Order: sequence, then C-alpha cells, then structure tokens
Amino acid sequence: MKGNGAQRSKGANGWLLSAPALVLLVFAASGPLLIVAVYSVLEKGDYSGVRWILSGDGWFRVLFERDIFDQTVSFADANLSIFWRSVKLSIATTLITFAFGLPTAWFIATRPAKSRAFWLFLITIPFWTNLLIRTFAIMEVIRNEGILNTALINAGLISEPIQILYTDTAVLIGMAYVYLPLMVLPLYAAIDRFDFRLIEAGYDLYASRLQVLRGVILPIIKPGIIAGSILVFIPSLGAYVTPRVLGGGKNMMIGNFIELQFGQGQNWPLGAALSTLLLLVVLVSLLVYTRVSSRDTPHE
Amino acid sequence: MNTPIAVDARNIGKIYATGKDAVTALGDVSISIEKGEFFTLLGPSGCGKTTLLRCIAGFETPTSGSIHLSGRDITYIPPNQRPVNTVFQSYALFPHLSVAQNVGFGLKMLGKPAGDVAKAVARVLALVKLEDFADRLPQQLSGGQQQRVALARALAPEPEVLLLDEPLSALDLKLRKEMQSELKRLQTETGITFVFVTHDQEEALTMSNRIGVMSQGELLQVGTPHDIYEHPVNRFVADFIGETNFLEGVVEGHQVRIGTGDALDVVLDGQVGAVTLAIRPEQVSLTTAGAGIAAQIAETTYLGTDTHYDLKLGDGSHIIARVQSKSAGTFNVGDTVSIAIDAKAVQVLKS
Ligand SMILES: Nc1ncnc2c1ncn2[C@@H]1O[C@H](COP(=O)(O)OP(=O)(O)O)[C@@H](O)[C@H]1O
Ligand SMILES: [Mg+2]
Repeated sequence: MKGNGAQRSKGANGWLLSAPALVLLVFAASGPLLIVAVYSVLEKGDYSGVRWILSGDGWFRVLFERDIFDQTVSFADANLSIFWRSVKLSIATTLITFAFGLPTAWFIATRPAKSRAFWLFLITIPFWTNLLIRTFAIMEVIRNEGILNTALINAGLISEPIQILYTDTAVLIGMAYVYLPLMVLPLYAAIDRFDFRLIEAGYDLYASRLQVLRGVILPIIKPGIIAGSILVFIPSLGAYVTPRVLGGGKNMMIGNFIELQFGQGQNWPLGAALSTLLLLVVLVSLLVYTRVSSRDTPHE
Repeated sequence: MNTPIAVDARNIGKIYATGKDAVTALGDVSISIEKGEFFTLLGPSGCGKTTLLRCIAGFETPTSGSIHLSGRDITYIPPNQRPVNTVFQSYALFPHLSVAQNVGFGLKMLGKPAGDVAKAVARVLALVKLEDFADRLPQQLSGGQQQRVALARALAPEPEVLLLDEPLSALDLKLRKEMQSELKRLQTETGITFVFVTHDQEEALTMSNRIGVMSQGELLQVGTPHDIYEHPVNRFVADFIGETNFLEGVVEGHQVRIGTGDALDVVLDGQVGAVTLAIRPEQVSLTTAGAGIAAQIAETTYLGTDTHYDLKLGDGSHIIARVQSKSAGTFNVGDTVSIAIDAKAVQVLKS
C-alpha cells in the first residue's frame, strides 16, 4: 500500500519531467506561427521587413488592390485565382494519388506476408532522396527533349514534342509522384486490417464486383482513405518546390506566391496574411472534411 | 424417390494448386440433397467438407464433375447469381452496417424496393429473435447474437439452399445446444434446404434428416442418423460416429468366432472369411457369470446416467460396455462377468 502511494505521488508530478520537451514544443510549434500572425497586422517596411505600426493593409491586399496613381480600389482577381488554382491542383493531386494508390496498396496488402516488406520498402525509397532532385528527375522525363518525348517521337507516335513542362499537367505529375507514398501507406494499413472474407460474403449476397467495392470495401477502409487524403492534400496546398520547378514562373501556387511577397514583392505583411489565411483554410477544410466523411453510413 | 432434388453434385473432384503442391481436396463425390432436407456433411477436419460447400456456393470451381441446383447446371455460375446463401464460420458480418442493414444487404443487392426490404428484415429479425437489436452494429453484439445475425442475413433473401459451415463451432457448449434446436426450428419453419457442415458427430446425429460421412475427399456413406449409427458401412464410419468396440473374427457358418474362442451369433449378409465386428458399448449387456463371453472388469467410470465398464476378455483384448447406472452399480473392478450381445446389434464389417 505504501509503495503504491509513493508510486502515485511520483506519477502525479511525472509530467514535470517532460516539461523541457513541452516548452520546446510550444515555442517551436506556436512561436513562429505567432510571429507570422503578428506580422500580418503590421505595416510594410520600405524595402522589406515590417514597421511596428498596426495596419490592416496586409489583409486588405489579400483580396483587393489599390491603384498606385489614383488610389482606386479593385478586386485582386490574380490572388484569388492563385488560391483557387492551388486548391484545384491539390484536390486533383489527392484524387490522382488515390486512383493510383488504391490498386498499389491493394496489391501490396494481398502479397504473401514475406514479400510485403519488400514492396513497402520500394514505396518508401523516394523518401531517401532530396525532393528537389526528384523533381528535377521528373523534369528530365517530361521536358521537350526529355525521355518521354524522345521515345514518343522515335516510336513515330508524334512528330512534335508535347509541351508538358511548365503546365498544370507537369505540376500535377510532379505532385502526384511526390505524394503518392503518403496515400499508399495509410491505405495499405487499412487494407491490411481488412477481412477479405467480407468480399465473399458480399458476392454470396448477390452483390456485383462494383457493389462489393462501393458497399463493402471502400466504407471499411474509409479511415485509411481519410488519412491518406489529408496527408496528400495539406502538403499539396502548400507545395513550393514542385510548382516552382515544373510549373515555371507563371503557374504559381500559394506557396510560391507567399515566397514572392517575402522576396521580390517586399511585402511581408501580405505574405504573412496569406500564410495565416492558408493555415485557416487548411484547418477549416480539415474540420469540414473529417466531419462530413465520418458522418457515418448506417441510415442512408 | 419422388422428392425433388435441390442440390445434385455429380462426380465432383477438386484439386488445389498444380504440380508438386497439388492437393486433392475432393476425389469423386456424388451427392443428391433433397428439397427441404436438413443435410449434414460430417467428417474430420481436412476431409474436404468446406471445399464441397464452397463448390456449391460458387467460391470454388470443381476440377471435374458438375453441380445442379433444382435441375439447372450451376457449375460455372458465379456466387452472386446462385440462389444459395452461406452462413460463414467466421460470420463475416459487415462491421460498418447495422444489424438491419446486414440482414437487408442481400435483398438490396437483388434490387428489391426499400419498403419490401424493411418488411423482410423485420420478419427475419423476429424469426431469430433479434427485433430489439436492429440498429446495433455487429461488434456491439455477443457471439451468439452475431451468429443469429449471420443466420438472418443468409435467410432473408429466401435462398433455395442455405449452406452452413461449422456455424456453431465458436460457441460455448450451452449456447451451442440452444442454437442447435434453434437451427432445427428455423429449418422446419422456413422449409429451406439446409446443408450443414460439422465435425461433431453428436451435432450431426441430433440435427439432421440425413448425414453424409466424408473422409479424405471421399463420401463414405449417406443415410439417416439411425442408418449411419446402426449400420455403418465400414470401420471408419463406425469409429467416427459414436464409440464403438471392434472385434476381429472369422465367419463360421452363421456365427463369427472371435479371438477368445467364443462364437457370436450375428446377422450375416454374405460375408465370409475374416471380418471385423462393430459393437456399440450400449449394446453390450453384463450378467454375473454364466453363459456368454467371460470377461473381467478392468475399470469403471461413472458418467451420471450411465456407467462405463472397461472389460478385459480372455485373449487380452478389451471391450467397453455402457450400462445405465440405475440398473447397474453392482459390479466392481476385478469382478468376473459374462457378456451378452444381441445378434442384431452386431455390425459385420469387412476387415
Ligand atoms: N485454398 C486451398 N489451397 C490449397 N489447399 C487447400 C485449400 N483449401 C483447402 N485445401 C486443402 O484441401 C483439403 C480439404 O480442406 P477443407 O475442404 O477445408 O476441409 P474441411 O472443411 O473438411 O476441414 C485440406 O487438405 C486442405 O489443406
Ligand atoms: Mg472446414
């Protein structure tokens, strides 16, 4: 009894032991975010940086622009279209990785237990290489004089190279390639837990293949689909390297646009406001997505 | 033989894999299961029961032979087009669907209107006494309740044949007994043909109209429980169904002379030469010395209503007698007794 009590009192103060880690975590995680949020409501410095004067200009410039000569206010279509493009490309990336990731994960999960580790290992190999290098490798494949176009021309299928590089298609190919493992791994984990006998039960009860997929398999592996989608969508939305290298200067995504404000644009408050907005968009869409997708199937 | 046939399996053979890994799960099995019958496939683990059931369900295609359902050849028809449903050993309930949705799944897939599905689900849930659990998820139910849901789900589409693969093996003894009579009741009430698989001979004897005994991919005997118990065709069946004493002997006229030198009266059916006699323990009666085969009591085991006597015969062989405890209790270890066996109770098997 006595020993038990001693143990409990030790347990009650046990969290103190992790206090240094907690402090570090709190400062490292929320400190920079706090700075960004604060910068978004300060006045723009002359060349860069901020002046410590409260100002709504950063946030104002997210949606509107002011003519430099007559000061008339107009809607900032360009900003909005960059935002919208990013969301569209990220959703498309998520869908593409799902379309390729599901059969891949299924394939791995249905291999004999011995060889699964090998296939999973193959999936994780790209993580070992620098993102920039992988992106340049993609570039080497799809550029006009690249492997793909050369092969197609040599095969006589096309006479002129297809312009893929510096288009949305290039950005999509790059992002889908980079984020595919993030979709495959959670899907694999879900399928691995899936009881394959349920498929037979479905067939036995008159379901077609498609009905078994939609009515049995997909609903049961849904947690994996949700996890994979989140893991792909969020980094896609903030992607910087891939759209920069494969999309060229014109096809910007939010990440590039934000970088522009801190660099050439010399408008830190606008960059900070855009960053904060991106964070909010991600948080809200996460909330909505998990709400909607966990509003469960029983009672259709 | 005017009863219509539900399942007619003709010369079914099934070989899994090929080359040196090949496993012959079914040799050459022919079986006719009548409409409305409670038919049990009985045999030890690995004898091919599940394989035969999966061929009927459509999950496996036989390597040879054909399967007919109500006269129609269904050998190559996929499972989702066969009016046959299965109660899986593992239940295989859909974890993301409520009890009612599980039970309604088949009808929904058949394209029945929602109203009809709801009515059928309510009716079948009442049949298995689960009305109050319609909105639960399977994992919120006990093993016995899940078993009933699996049953209800397979019954709801009113299949021509219901296949049950050792459905009670995961339940504890008391629940198993309950479910046995429950299954029997459901089969009588619905009139659906049941093909039931078990390795438990007692289960087979108490539930079935007819039993097919299998061993190593072959069907050894098909008959009523009474037939199979009283007239096993060979030593394997006799041994597998209930406890049996085997005595070796040689036919001499209308009798069989056994190792002790005693000659037993038996009913012969043309057998000659060396034979094996199969005698159920409850057919062995004991009297205090006198005529008959002399034996000494080696061991007694009290089993409640019955008492088991392990008897040692003159030639050193043993025979078990099962005697109602009420009428017994007079013999002790070491006593010398005399054994009498009714001629009609002795099965003469070829050695
Ligand atoms: N998918 C399979 N692949 C290879 N061999 C199998 C397969 N299924 C069953 N078998 C083999 O076939 C034989 C019969 O199995 P099964 O029909 O499951 O028997 P039971 O149900 O009577 O226990 C066994 O030897 C088993 O190992
Ligand atoms: Mg089996």
